Amino acid sequence: MSILLSRIDDRLIHGQVVVGWGGPLRIRRFILVDDEVRASGWEQELYRTTVPPDVVVEFASVEEARAELRRWNDDATPSMLIVGAIETVAALLQGQDDLSLLPTVNLGGVHAGPGRARLLRYLFLSDEERSVLDALAEQGVRIEAQDLPGSRPIPWGELS
Amino acid sequence: MTEPPGLLGVVVAHSGVAQALVDAAEEITGVRDALVAVSNTDCDRVALEGRVVAAMRGEPAIIFVDLPSGSCFQATLHHLHDRETAVVVTGVNLAMLLDFLFHRQADPRSAMQRAAEVGTKAIRPCPSS
Repeated sequence: MSILLSRIDDRLIHGQVVVGWGGPLRIRRFILVDDEVRASGWEQELYRTTVPPDVVVEFASVEEARAELRRWNDDATPSMLIVGAIETVAALLQGQDDLSLLPTVNLGGVHAGPGRARLLRYLFLSDEERSVLDALAEQGVRIEAQDLPGSRPIPWGELS
Repeated sequence: MTEPPGLLGVVVAHSGVAQALVDAAEEITGVRDALVAVSNTDCDRVALEGRVVAAMRGEPAIIFVDLPSGSCFQATLHHLHDRETAVVVTGVNLAMLLDFLFHRQADPRSAMQRAAEVGTKAIRPCPSS
């Protein structure tokens, strides 16, 4: 299983992701699943500047990612998958037979916004987003909130 | 005769770094209201870009960013894409801010080059050999 972490972070690829997680997990490939970034060459260049030159960044739309999840897991490159929204994880797993393609979903950074309430310093969710996470958890997806490797992973069950 | 106000400086950095740099620069020079601090604390990339836009006030500006990558850099460049009203210098330090406060009449590109040179010159190993 080479997707070592699947992270929801509305800042996408940034310092906490690259330095905080990428170093300790020895990540060699970041996979950014975001329709908007996938369609924008200059935004992709912007995110490439964030990672060391010897680390690969792949960009995928949600549809492309659904088709590629198996391949990303089957090859040996230690990888981290990043999405910006909770709904994207639900869309990635919709209709998939094997939920272990994303073994653990990491809630890493969902910040304040309209209709959202604070659960943790780095985690603000709306009722709709909580329902999506509840449904994923019921399907058997392991969900944890954890901003950095040094902090305690908080199971979704403690937050829902 | 009063000089025109000159360029605005916007410092965009992680956590409380920008405000600390602005406070220090103002304390040393006595020049107020020429620098605006923007923090990335507690906001997503869209909100951070909104903070940068608000700080620029629609004026010609030089934007000082802490790192040449990461959320502050990305939010700034995302806003400035295809715009020519502002320029960016990364690796902000106090030396470049102090110099900027006394050279705000330059055009944005000249100010950008000057800030990069001054900031780089301020980095010295001591002892040097």
